[in-house]
Parts: sequence; structure tokens; C-alpha cells
Amino acid sequence: MAKRYAEIGKDCVACGSCIRVCPVHAVTVWRGVTAVVDKVRCVGCGKCAAECPAGAITLQNREELA
Amino acid sequence: MKKRHWYDYLWIVTPLYLGLGCFNILFAWLGLLFFCLPLLIAIFGGSKAYCNRYCDRGQFFGVLGKTCKLSRKKPVPRWLKHPIFRYGFLIFFLLMFANMLYVTWLVYAGARELGQTVTLFWTLQVPWGWAYPTAVTPWVAQFAFGFYSLMLTSALIGLLVMVLFQPRAWCVFCPMGTMTQLICRVRARKQLRAVRETGRMPEV
Repeated sequence: MAKRYAEIGKDCVACGSCIRVCPVHAVTVWRGVTAVVDKVRCVGCGKCAAECPAGAITLQNREELA
Repeated sequence: MKKRHWYDYLWIVTPLYLGLGCFNILFAWLGLLFFCLPLLIAIFGGSKAYCNRYCDRGQFFGVLGKTCKLSRKKPVPRWLKHPIFRYGFLIFFLLMFANMLYVTWLVYAGARELGQTVTLFWTLQVPWGWAYPTAVTPWVAQFAFGFYSLMLTSALIGLLVMVLFQPRAWCVFCPMGTMTQLICRVRARKQLRAVRETGRMPEV
């Protein structure tokens, strides 16, 4: 499993930019409110974080999950 | 490489729409689709599928900013994504929309003459008479001029923030995006309450 995963912050505007760039389809928009990441599927590549216009995505270390 | 869909090419609609408005202002009426579709999808579908998939403007800024490398790709300032600014801009935009409808009504009632101008940034009057077909009822043309003014102004603001910040920086405070997200929030209020109580976001 990848060392990092993407986490969505409160600034998410649910524009869906992250969905377009995710290579493993780990991101979806939940009910038009916010994006959510499938942490198991996420490979932590950071493409979504670079794409997010609101800067709402950060990469977290897996160790911090516990 | 990701498989491309038909809706990935919708970005062409933005230059097409703005271009057609330069030849015949009545094409501005088509812009109502960009207003109604996101609202209908949010109200009846409870999603932001329009923003996520079909928004031509977001895609257009993406193409210019990423593919054409016109964006500086700098972080969007914090104030620009603050709810006060986002909702404030939405209210301002709706007020300007209401004002545009009022002017259209004045022209319809004969209390005001048709202004063959496009108003940029809600203040700057730009002569646009060449795109006005004279055989049209004045109020129909007035609405078109007003609506095109809104669309062109917002496109220019979007272009500016695209260059200065992220390619899709406009999406952060887009009035339609803010409004549809608000509608979706209201629709999902029960689930959101559960999220707040448990402190956990829904799993995919």
C-alpha cells in the first residue's frame, strides 16, 4: 500500500477537478457537497492536490491513519 | 491515459458561445442553458454532475491553464475561497441578474429604450450594435444584451483568475457552483448532521 493518501479539507467546492486527474478513480463527489477519497484505493500520487483550485487536498502519511 | 468521453470536449462551447454573441446577440439566450441545467441537476438529482462533468467553462479554463500553460498555477488566496466571499459574490451576482431582468422589463413596458451595448464589469458600456438584428422585439434583444454582459464579464473574471492563480480558480467562487453546492447541502442535511455527530466523512 502507498505511503500517503489524499485527504479532502473543508475548502472543497465539489468542482470535481480531482476526479478527472485521479489515475485510480479513488475520488468521487459525495452528494454534490464535497469530494471524498477512497483511502484504500488512493496511491498518494498527489495529482488531485496539484489540480484542486481551492487547495483543499493535502497528502497524509498512512501512519497517521491509525 | 484516461479514456476520453464526449463531454470532455464541451470546452469548445465557451468560445463558441462568446464568439456567436459577437455576430448575433440573440445567441446569448442559449446561455440560459448554463443557468438552468446545473440548477435542475442539483434540485432533482442532488448532485454537482454539471460542475463535475459537463461545465464547459471549467473545462475551457482547464484547457487554457493546463494544456496551453497560460496559468501561473499559484495557490488561490484564502479570502477568495472564504464562504463570506463566495456567498457574497453569489448574492451580488443574483442582484445583478435581477437588475438585468428589471431593465428588460422596463424596455418591455416602453419605459426605457433598448441599449445596444454590452456592460462589462457592471459599469463599462461597450457599443455592440452591430450584433443586433433589427427585426427582433426590443425586450428580447435587451435580455440578450444583459445576459451576454453577465456571461462575458464572468468569463473575463474567470480568465483573469485562471492566469493569476489555478486554471480552474473560477470554480472556487463561481456563483452557479456555490448555488448548486448550497442546494446539495440542503438536500443532504440529514446525512451531513450524521457526519457532524460522528466526526467522520462518508466512505466511498
